This record gives sequence, structure tokens and C-alpha cells, in this order.
Amino acid sequence: MPATALTELDREITLPAAGVWGTKSRKDALARLTAMGLPNHRDEYWKYTRPETLTSATPTPAAIFDGNDEAPMFDAIDCLQITFIDGVFDADASDDLEMAGVSIERLATAMENDIHWAKDLYGTLETNGQNPVQRPLAALNSATATDGVVIHATGQAAKPVLIRYLHQNETSDAVLHHVIKLDDGAALTVLETGPAAARLNKVMEVDQGNEARFNHVCTQGRDHARRAVTHIFARLATESRFKSFTLTANGVLTRNECIIEITGDDAFAHVAGAALGDGDFHHDDTVFITHDAVNCESRQVFKKVLRNGATGVFQGKILVQPDAQKTDGYQISQALLLDDDSQFLAKPELEIYADDVACSHGSTTGAIDETALFYLRSRGVEKDEAQDLLVLSFLAEAIGEIEDEVLADEIQSRLESWLKRHSS
Amino acid sequence: MSQVDEMIAKDGVEEETVEAVKSLAGAYKYGWNTDIEMEYAPKGLSTDIVRLISSKNDEPEWMLEWRLAAYERWLKLTEPDWAMVDYPEIDFQDQYYYARPKSMEVKPKSLDEVDPKLLETYKKLGIPLKEQALLAGVEAPEEERKVAVDAVFDSVSVGTTFKDELAKAGVIFCSISEAIKEHPELVRKYLGTVVPVSDNYYATLNSAVFSDGSFVYVPPGVRCPMELSTYFRINAENTGQFERTLIICDKEAYVSYLEGCTAPQRDIAQLHAAVVEIVIMEDAEVKYSTVQNWYPGDEDGKGGIYNFVTKRADCRGDRAKVMWTQVETGSAVTWKYPSCILRGDDSQGEFYSIAIANNMQQADTGTKMVHLGKNTKSRIVSKGISAGKAQNTYRGLVSMHPKAKNSRNYTQCDSLLIGDKCGAHTVPYIEVRNNSSRVEHEATTSKVDDDQLFYCRQRGMGEEEAVALVVNGFCKDVLQALPMEFAMEAQALVAISLEGSVG
Repeated sequence: MPATALTELDREITLPAAGVWGTKSRKDALARLTAMGLPNHRDEYWKYTRPETLTSATPTPAAIFDGNDEAPMFDAIDCLQITFIDGVFDADASDDLEMAGVSIERLATAMENDIHWAKDLYGTLETNGQNPVQRPLAALNSATATDGVVIHATGQAAKPVLIRYLHQNETSDAVLHHVIKLDDGAALTVLETGPAAARLNKVMEVDQGNEARFNHVCTQGRDHARRAVTHIFARLATESRFKSFTLTANGVLTRNECIIEITGDDAFAHVAGAALGDGDFHHDDTVFITHDAVNCESRQVFKKVLRNGATGVFQGKILVQPDAQKTDGYQISQALLLDDDSQFLAKPELEIYADDVACSHGSTTGAIDETALFYLRSRGVEKDEAQDLLVLSFLAEAIGEIEDEVLADEIQSRLESWLKRHSS
Repeated sequence: MSQVDEMIAKDGVEEETVEAVKSLAGAYKYGWNTDIEMEYAPKGLSTDIVRLISSKNDEPEWMLEWRLAAYERWLKLTEPDWAMVDYPEIDFQDQYYYARPKSMEVKPKSLDEVDPKLLETYKKLGIPLKEQALLAGVEAPEEERKVAVDAVFDSVSVGTTFKDELAKAGVIFCSISEAIKEHPELVRKYLGTVVPVSDNYYATLNSAVFSDGSFVYVPPGVRCPMELSTYFRINAENTGQFERTLIICDKEAYVSYLEGCTAPQRDIAQLHAAVVEIVIMEDAEVKYSTVQNWYPGDEDGKGGIYNFVTKRADCRGDRAKVMWTQVETGSAVTWKYPSCILRGDDSQGEFYSIAIANNMQQADTGTKMVHLGKNTKSRIVSKGISAGKAQNTYRGLVSMHPKAKNSRNYTQCDSLLIGDKCGAHTVPYIEVRNNSSRVEHEATTSKVDDDQLFYCRQRGMGEEEAVALVVNGFCKDVLQALPMEFAMEAQALVAISLEGSVG
């Protein structure tokens, strides 16, 4: 479906300066974007989420959220920290980019080197991910990303890489692009946290070699006014494992897309998310998993708790290519509507061209279980607390997707504290 | 059974399979055509053709104006391309929009006057146009069951049976062309109110050029004394069939309606774009069952019917009920979404579907459940079976509006794949805009269970027979929802449609 031609948009796109290959990659991305145009609400893929505020020339200003009443996320975990302030790398607030098992550079530094491993990856997985569904905002990102990191894991990373995104300017517009490559057998955990900017457009490309393990946990904080569109493009080789979990609480508009291409046999990809929405909140999880190899497994587990007119969207797809036999695909999307004003819109899709597969998807929407609430109340639990308990138990399946216990505990305790704040 | 053993077993039946595939051309039982003198409107589509169809049916002015407005609208629309079906561009000017047997020029007053050739056609199809009690091929149950039939041949209705007996009960059952003349007040009041003229490309086209179809009105409090049915037969070449069905079930009334369709085997694809509108008032109930068995094209995808159908039921009154049951085995391309508008409080909609696609067939079918009233309930059970190189898609919408408090939907859609060259897809849209409603959706895709096949084979069943049995088991939920007359036919159809698909 052709989107609005770019020429119709009153915005000129300027490509940031980059080295030889960077400039070429950006030009190619701009050509892709020009060919498809920016999305508008008439596009089927944007049926439930209006992209206008994500595509406008300037972002809607977002008030700075004061989150100082709680400890920074992942503070207790020993990590290599990288900090971006309003989408710009801040060396002072970051650790030295040195760690056993990985090499880390700023995107701009990598682009200045004519010979660099990232040359063959930057924009490549994004390009692959443009078919069969177009993702113009990702192409826009590849064309205009101003900053980012490139991470090459050659072995087992000594500790997780934590990327913190701070928001200090009410009108900031961040375009970040990370490229991550894992060699055969390498293992890396990437943690992300923070609002980043008034508007964030982020792309993360992850290329996994054979038996490589990639673990990703992301939190999009409590700030109310920000907008974000994020894309993860991952390519999985034989026996590699990909796990990603995102926790979102508030944000006027969030669209998280995850596009995974399983190209090697016996690989697995798990994508999960939990979202708490209150009031003026629109949260969209869009997932597209392509099975193009034998005996692979994929899971999508997404849960949303919505109240005071919040909107949750889930668009998930499992595509099983011919010959991707023995595929095990699972997808669940569930919403708990805490009041009558909130809504959940879902499009869980299956497209299957191989016969020896087991694929299933489920989607449910409903209110909190009155019997369960009554049970807790009759045992002396206060109403708000009882509701929180039921919300936590509803979200448990998604949180259970986080393999690392320390990280899972961190997410769980943060969630509990957020719920308490909402109740009071 | 190991993979290797299975391969050998499959090699073992290859001979038979080849034979089965060869004989598949003969498997479509209704592929013959009736050699009868026809009268055609000139090829192509224009306001003149619209006027001609209207005049052939001797229609009043308002009907012609309605058609012309639809045609004007259609010219401004573009063909939808969102369905997962792929077919060559249709040249709407390269076909006939009106074809009727010459002998129907003067409408026969009774069935006795109908051309024997036509009567013979329906006899061969197993459709009784004599006012006999039963559809052929069904064993007589203890209690005699009657079925009234409206037979549509290309663009005209050949005749309607049991009209007098139905009239005694107050039920009007006739062709829509007759209804336009004899019951204009009813037709004008309801036509186009469920599927508006500009609803979609094919419905708009139908509004402009529909030539005939059936009309049913069941007055308040009447339980229709027998099942009603329409049998659609496309016979003429290069001719599109555009029928329009309008069913009105007044307060506390009940009717069960059956629809069947077949077409001759031809190399050139033919178009069928129908519209079915059902209006259901307070406490009324309508059951609408379809066995769609249009010619599916040959194993290379040559010929067949392009079936673009808009069917919708509007539960206008409180506690109104509608049940769609469909067995889709024919057509080269199917594009069909029988829907329920649950407007009245406590109204109910049900959709049971079996869609079988074999060889090069493509089916994109499903339903829409639009919950507007309070305490409305809907249930969707869809079974899709793909074999050969076919593509089968379930596409559906469940929408809970903010005012549809305490509503409920349950959706189950399962797909079965037979062979590794076919595809099965599920595209559900779920929109929930209040929190007192519950919506559940489940879907699975799997292949025919080897253990079940092995069990049947071990007990001496042929491979195809075993597959048919397993598939029948898979479809059980839907087959049980069919009226008895259709259940028998549907079970046999499941076996026929899958012939040649194993191996």
C-alpha cells in the first residue's frame, strides 16, 4: 500500500555527515524511504496507531519527568554503562567502552573507518525487514540517525551493557541507531532504560552467529509525555538464541516493533512485553517473526494492563516459510481493562506455508476477575492491594520470560513499586 | 514412524495418488452443462446494460434509479486488494451480465410449464423442483421433512416450490424480481439497509446488476413450516452471476434457510458476486446454511468461479439470533465474510465455517461480529483445510463497541495442512472498547496427525479414506451445526474435495 509520497511532506530530510560507507548507507536508506513514503493513518499497518506525531518535522514538546524519587533502573547490577542525553552520547556519564569479550564504539567513530565490520550490517537488517511489510520510520532512522553504538561481541561479554537514555530538553528529537554483532558462540546482554527524548526513533540491528546468545531487557519509564518508535531487527543463525523483554509504563505514544528473521536451524526467539497504561497512553507492540529454517521455536508473550482511557495495541505475526518444517510458534496477547474507558486492539496473525508445524496464537481481553478480587477482599486484603496482586499475577507470564533471575527480580520489584504509586 | 519410513510409505501410494489426481477432473460431480438455448444481454457493462436488466425484470422506476446510482458509485470504486488471493485482473467488460434460458422469456405460471430441460438439470443436481418432500440422496427420516426451493439458473429464477403452502402460514418466499413487483413496500423498506449500496466494490457492482435471487418474509410469530432453500446454478459461459437475497424475519419468527451452488467445468474463470441481506427483529431467529460448491478450476488452476460474496445479518431487535453455517469447498477464489451486526440487546450471532482449498484454490473467508448492543454474544468456529497448492485464509473481526456492555465472544479457528506446498493463514482483528466484555480468540495450525492416520491405515482404510475421516473429525463442530440435509452432503464433499490431495 503506497504511503504518502515524501514530497507531500513539509519536511526536508538532511543526512548527517558520515564517512564513505556511512554516507552511502544513509543515501540508500533515504532512497528506500522516498520510495515508500512516510506512514499515515490510512496504512493498514498503522490502522490502530496514528503515526502523525512520529513523522512530523518537529516533535511535540514533552515535560521533563522527575524520577528522582526512586533509584535508577538496574542500579544494583554490575554493568558497563553508556549514557545518551537527549539522544547524544555523553562520555562523562559513561564508563570506558572497554570490556573483555566485546568491542564498543560510537556509531560516528565506526562510520569514519572505511573498513569496518558494521559497514555490512548498518541498514542491512533494516532493509531485509522492509519486506513484506514496509517500515518507513526505520528507514528514516537509518538515513538520519545522529548517534548510537556499535557493539561487536566476540566471546562471552564480561558483564551486561547498560544503555541509559536521559531526557533533559523538552523539545529534543533523538534518532539513535545501534548495530550489534555476535560472533559464533558469543553471548551478550544489553539493558536499556529511560525516556531518551521528547521523541525517540530508535533502531537496533542484531546479527547473531551460530550458537550466539543475545539477551535484551528494556524499560520505558514512568514519564508521561514522551513519544517513541523503536525497531529491533534481528537475524538468527543456527542454534542461536534471542530473548527480548520490554516493560513500559506510560508515555503518550509508544510503538515498539520487533522484526526477527530466523535463518539457521534449531534457533529460538522469544519476545515478551508488559505494559501498564494509565490515562493518555497509547502503546503498540508490533512483532513480525519469520521462520526460514528447520526446527526453530518462537514465542511472543505480551500483556497489557490499561486504565483511565489507555489504549493498547498488539499486532503480531508468525510467518512460516515453505520448508521451515518442525516450527514451533506460539503467540499470546492479553489485556486487562481496569475500567470501561480503556481499549485493546489486536491483530494476531499467522501465515503458514509448511505443513509439519505447530503454531498457535491466543488473545483475550477482559476485566479483572471479580471472584478473585472477592476472594482476596474476604481475606482482609485492601481493595487496591488486591487489585495490584491480581495485576501482578496477570503480568507474571510475561515477566517469566526473563531468564536471568536478578533481572527478573529487578523488573518485578520496580513494577510493584510503580503499582503502589498508581494506587495511592 | 520415522521420517524415512514415512517417505517410503508415501512412495508406496504414489501410483494411486497419480491416478487419483488424474481422476480429480471427474471428482467435481457437477461439471456438466445443460445444452439449452440462451438469451444474452450484450457483453460488457454500461448504464444501458443496467437499464436492460431492469427492464427484463419489468422493474418499477425506483428500482432502476437505485441500480443506476449504484453503478455510478461503482465506477468510482477500486477493486480491493487486501485479501490473500491472487488472480488475473478481471475484465468487467468482457462478460455477460444477463443470461436467461429462452424458454423463460415468458415467465411460466407454474412449475409444470417450465422447460423440461431445466427441470432435468435440477433433477440431475439432486434438487427437487417437484413438490416432493426431500432433497435427493437423503434417507427419509421418520417424520417427513419438506424443503421449499427457489431455483436460480444463470440470471433468472426458474421457479419456487411450496409457495402456496408457505403463503398459508403467511410466509412470502419468491424470487426477488417477483418481490420487487409484488411486495415493493417490503423490498423498498429493507433492500440495501444491511449491505448499503456503497458497502464494497463487489456489493456495489451487485447492487447495479443483480438479476435475480430470493426473497423471504416471515411475519411476526410465525415459525416457518419448512426449510427454505435457494439453489444457484451458473450454466452459461462468460457470464457472471449476481444474485441478491433478502430475508426479513419479523418479531418472534423463525426460519432456516439453505443455499447451494454449482457450475459447469470450464477453462475460463467466471465471476459470481452475490449479496445476502438478513434483517432479524425482536426475538426472531434465522439460520442460514450454505454449501458452496462452485467449480473450483482444474488442478492447474485453470477455470473456476471467482466467488466474491457479501453476506450480512442485522440483529435489529433485542434477543434476535442469527447463525451462519458454511461449507466452502468450491470456487477458484473465495472472498466471503458472512457477518453479524448485533444491534439489539441480548442478540446473538454464530458463525460456523469449514473452508476447504485443494489444488490451486484460494480462499479468504471469515466473519465480522460487530457488538453494538448490551449483553450480546457471538461465537466463531472456523476450520480451514489446505491441500495441494492451495491457500486458505481466515480473516475476521470481533468488535466490542463502548456501549456493548457485558458482551461475550469466543473464537476458535483451526487450520489443517495436508501436504507441504499449501498455506494456511489467520488474520483476526480484535477490537475491545469496554471492560465488561470478554473476548477470547484461539487459533492453531497443524498437520494431519500421523498417529490418527496410522491408526486408520492399520485397520485397512485407504490413505485418502483415512485422511477424509480424520478431516471429518476435525470439522465435526461445524458439521454438527448444519441442518440434516446439508450435513450428509457436506461430509461427502469433504471427502471429494480432498481427493488427490494425499501423497
